[in-house]
Amino acid sequence: MPSAEPAPAGGAFHRFIADAARTGSLVVQPRMGFADPARMRTGLIATRAADATTVGTLTLDSFTRVGDYAAAARAVAQDHHLNGYPLVSMPIETTTGLLDGVHGPGFPVQVRHGSAQPGRIVEALIAAGLDATEGGPVSYCLPYGRTPLATSVRAWAEACRRLAALREAGTEPHLETFGGCMLGQLCPPSLLVALSVLEAMFFRQHGLRSISLSYAQQTSREQDEEAVHALRALAADQLPDTSWHVVVYAYMGVYPETWDGALRLVADAARLAVRTGATRLIVKTPAESARIPSVEENVIALETAAAAARTTRPAAPPPSTGIEAEARSLVEAVLNLHDDLGQALIRAFAHGYLDVPFCLHPDNAGRTRSFISDRGRLEWSRTGSLPLDRPTAAQPSRRLTSSGLLQALNHVKNRYDDPAARLDRAS
Amino acid sequence: MYPHRQPPDNPHHAVLTTIASDSHTWNLLFLQLLLEEQGWEVTNLGACVPVGVLIEEATARTPGLIVVSTVNGHGAEEATGLARAVRAVPALARVPLVVGGKLNTSGTIAPDVHASLTDAGFDAVLTGANAVPGLLALLDTLPEHRHGRPHVDAVR
Repeated sequence: MPSAEPAPAGGAFHRFIADAARTGSLVVQPRMGFADPARMRTGLIATRAADATTVGTLTLDSFTRVGDYAAAARAVAQDHHLNGYPLVSMPIETTTGLLDGVHGPGFPVQVRHGSAQPGRIVEALIAAGLDATEGGPVSYCLPYGRTPLATSVRAWAEACRRLAALREAGTEPHLETFGGCMLGQLCPPSLLVALSVLEAMFFRQHGLRSISLSYAQQTSREQDEEAVHALRALAADQLPDTSWHVVVYAYMGVYPETWDGALRLVADAARLAVRTGATRLIVKTPAESARIPSVEENVIALETAAAAARTTRPAAPPPSTGIEAEARSLVEAVLNLHDDLGQALIRAFAHGYLDVPFCLHPDNAGRTRSFISDRGRLEWSRTGSLPLDRPTAAQPSRRLTSSGLLQALNHVKNRYDDPAARLDRAS
Repeated sequence: MYPHRQPPDNPHHAVLTTIASDSHTWNLLFLQLLLEEQGWEVTNLGACVPVGVLIEEATARTPGLIVVSTVNGHGAEEATGLARAVRAVPALARVPLVVGGKLNTSGTIAPDVHASLTDAGFDAVLTGANAVPGLLALLDTLPEHRHGRPHVDAVR
């Protein structure tokens, strides 16, 4: 983790990650979120107690994500089930109470939400004494709804400024990009890298100096390793005077249904993180394919990942197949559009310079397409207006069919659920 | 089976949508391709569609079919209101209207949920392993749609 300009002394998340990076142990983190404050507290304590270097997570519910705080409050009042912690609707004392004695320098907690307009969430997490969250103007807008990109850009710029203002009060806030995870699956690595870097630069432009860049495990180990190295190279160039690290996400698409397959997938994500010099890993649990996981299932995933990380060493990058060059072309084309990164991002999507395959948002051009090659790599079949030098599509564009799409969506799941895959690995 | 008070502007045109709280889109993409393979021209409204947007789209150009797909578990609650709103529009009172996916949080679907959805105006409720075959069978019953067009080239 490159050193930054002298940073404020406070900032639990920032400090913890900097210390972990020095000792070289992979930080692992769940995506846990429960509406019940007591259960949320129990989950955080169990995360802290896991046999792993952990940070905690407060994942918010979907009503809060879309800004329907009244519905979240109603659901709590009526004891209805929510899929996360309704941070904005809860009395502040409830949140500080559940964090009391749990959150601190030895165990920082990050708020995860998924909102294109995160202003109230950022206000609430600051009020609760927290200093870390995640998302981004593109990654929390395009995949999840209809909020115009321009609205999200404005809201995220304001949220960044609010967070960054903590620096004046002696706290170094931390913000993580979600851009390396677009749609969870089937987005080619070069675009994931470019979006993660662009969102990090957007955060930096709005005052943040402690930033992490996400990358979600895709279909091919070699390709993922090349992509994370590319992400680090671009971050090193584009984020001066910033303390940054890479956070790998265990696969976010259709998840294996077998216990064994699910744990092997998260262990492979941990190996990817360590081999590529990433500092942190967000895990998924063996229950993921069926329902919201329990606290115990989260702990098993954290410990499985930590164990795999302990037996893995950093490795040299694989031979280049051009991911870094493609990502650089995309980033540079966007930077040339406007000095203000928010405006540049809006224009880039309007021109199709950034264009996420299979993304149905009205502000996404929808002229690109990807496929999983015979070698299991995620490739472009159509590049639309992406500013890439090399000729479009290594392979002639095959017509996408409903069954072909299902097969691609289930590619990783099928591989890890297949008992024969274990033998392949051992040989 | 589906007499139209007002004939659709294009009987081969389907509007594909979801409920306002549902951000999932892979299901919509899959259904778009499936419908296109069956010869339909598809308007895919994407994630988190407010009922008003659906009504506006469907009244601007009356479709031959409206498909509501949702997997976030809120369908049983939210889709009834959607159906009533669609049926309240005279031009849409008899457009074939189907809903499917994962309609409640437990992943199962009780018969009374089916009933409340059909009472609200859905012609069919499609869940579980039979959802896709059920949809294909239903398409075959639509009188306007005897012959599929050749496959169109993927999603636009």
